[in-house]
Amino acid sequence: MKRYSDPSILPSAITPEHEYFDRRRLLAALAASAAMISGSVGSGIAATPAPPSYTRNTKFSTREAPNSWEDITTYNNFYEFGLDKSDPYERAQEFRSRPWTVEIAGEAELRGKFTLEDILKPHALEERIYRFRCVEAWSRIVPWLGFPLADLLARFKPTSKAKFVEFTTLLDPKQMPGQRSGVLDWPYREALRMDEAMHPLTLMVVGLYGKWLPNQSGAPLRLIVPWKYGFKGIKSIVKIRFTERQPATSWNIAAPDEYGFYANVNPAVDHPRWSQAKERRIGGNFLTSRIDTLPFNGYANEVAALYRGMDLRRYY
Amino acid sequence: MFDRALKPAIFLLASLPLLLLFAGAFGIAGQSLGPNPIREMLHVTGKTALNMLMITLMASPLREITGQLRWQRPRRMLGLFAFAYALLHFLVYAILELDLDFNDLAREISRRPFIIVGMVALLAMIPLAATSTDRMMRRLGRRWSALHKLVYPVALLGIWHYYWQVKADVTEPLLYAAALTLLLGFRALKRSRAARAANRG
Repeated sequence: MKRYSDPSILPSAITPEHEYFDRRRLLAALAASAAMISGSVGSGIAATPAPPSYTRNTKFSTREAPNSWEDITTYNNFYEFGLDKSDPYERAQEFRSRPWTVEIAGEAELRGKFTLEDILKPHALEERIYRFRCVEAWSRIVPWLGFPLADLLARFKPTSKAKFVEFTTLLDPKQMPGQRSGVLDWPYREALRMDEAMHPLTLMVVGLYGKWLPNQSGAPLRLIVPWKYGFKGIKSIVKIRFTERQPATSWNIAAPDEYGFYANVNPAVDHPRWSQAKERRIGGNFLTSRIDTLPFNGYANEVAALYRGMDLRRYY
Repeated sequence: MFDRALKPAIFLLASLPLLLLFAGAFGIAGQSLGPNPIREMLHVTGKTALNMLMITLMASPLREITGQLRWQRPRRMLGLFAFAYALLHFLVYAILELDLDFNDLAREISRRPFIIVGMVALLAMIPLAATSTDRMMRRLGRRWSALHKLVYPVALLGIWHYYWQVKADVTEPLLYAAALTLLLGFRALKRSRAARAANRG
């Protein structure tokens, strides 16, 4: 595949590397002092193994400056923990993301239940800095830690009948208070077409900013598909199923005229209640202007071919 | 004492959301509006406008139930607060959210039903605010009360505007709708009683 080049870079927009590292050193120091004060309470990654080791994948990374750890982990849509953006941060700290098992099911030669450790073991982790575009017209830049979903799926030898892959979030209303209300048809489900799932940009994510994922960001295992709206990036995955038919997906069930199966970022197709032509990069102040939204969130060179011949107004 | 303190106290309370927004926007006193400050401003100004409207509509029933005129007194101030917050809501939307891009503004107003509903509500509040002075009350006389019945459709449109823009959970807008139904129901009840009494007399 072609080397990924970011179309929107201005030299002035690039964060010097030393600043990036300084920011992380500062965060680490803050985290350490917070941990000393409060034990491990509030870190959201208690009882996790040693910090992940990883390499940087610059080929697939945007050079835009990442948002701060705080911007990424205190402003989340994770309706399992509540509807407010701050609910996941406030309510997910006690969530038990380990031990964890993932069930593999459907049209594959290997099926069954696997521990998280078994799932992760063969994969080398890499950091990829991706643009993240929410369907609500805000966006941010996130240094994810993960590995290609394609590598994981290949291990289970999907059969020729596997045309789609479906993901399911944990159903546990005791731990996830949002599941006690019927806002969505729980558990949350998402799905990709097989070629989307196997695309090298599609990432199984286990961490961010060099650390394991905090609970509010979808620990311990979540999906990131950078050219699609954020809601496709299902969190806290407990089941992966290969299917022949297109699976039903949660937001599409809830409001089919507003949220399509594909949900590719597309400035030309409005949400019925707001325009998708522009987006607000979060983390700024109240004078920060919106920026133009790019087709496929700026990843058109890599992924537009997947949808050749499709009417993207119809398959939104 | 209570009566003298009532109005200033309500003025302060009603200004509080605005003060907090201001502090948050400029990072004063440790306040913050979070990573998406404009969204937060829209949310707070819109919700506060609705709250003020609902409280304004509570004045008459409270007076009736308690038989005390004092509840009537802060009504004008609260109504003006409702208008101020609704206007601020629109200004934040037009200036900060849309960067005062008139093409975008025209496009959004024409395409989004919930924005049209909100705009109509705001426009309908303008004559109410403009005729809120003692002088206008005297000048309009009987027509003043007729004009100010506009507050009922304004409240209805405001709640509709809110209901229509929430993403998934409509609990809150429905609670406002329930409250409005109660407040209007009280007036309908009073009216039918008065009519019956008049018939008997």
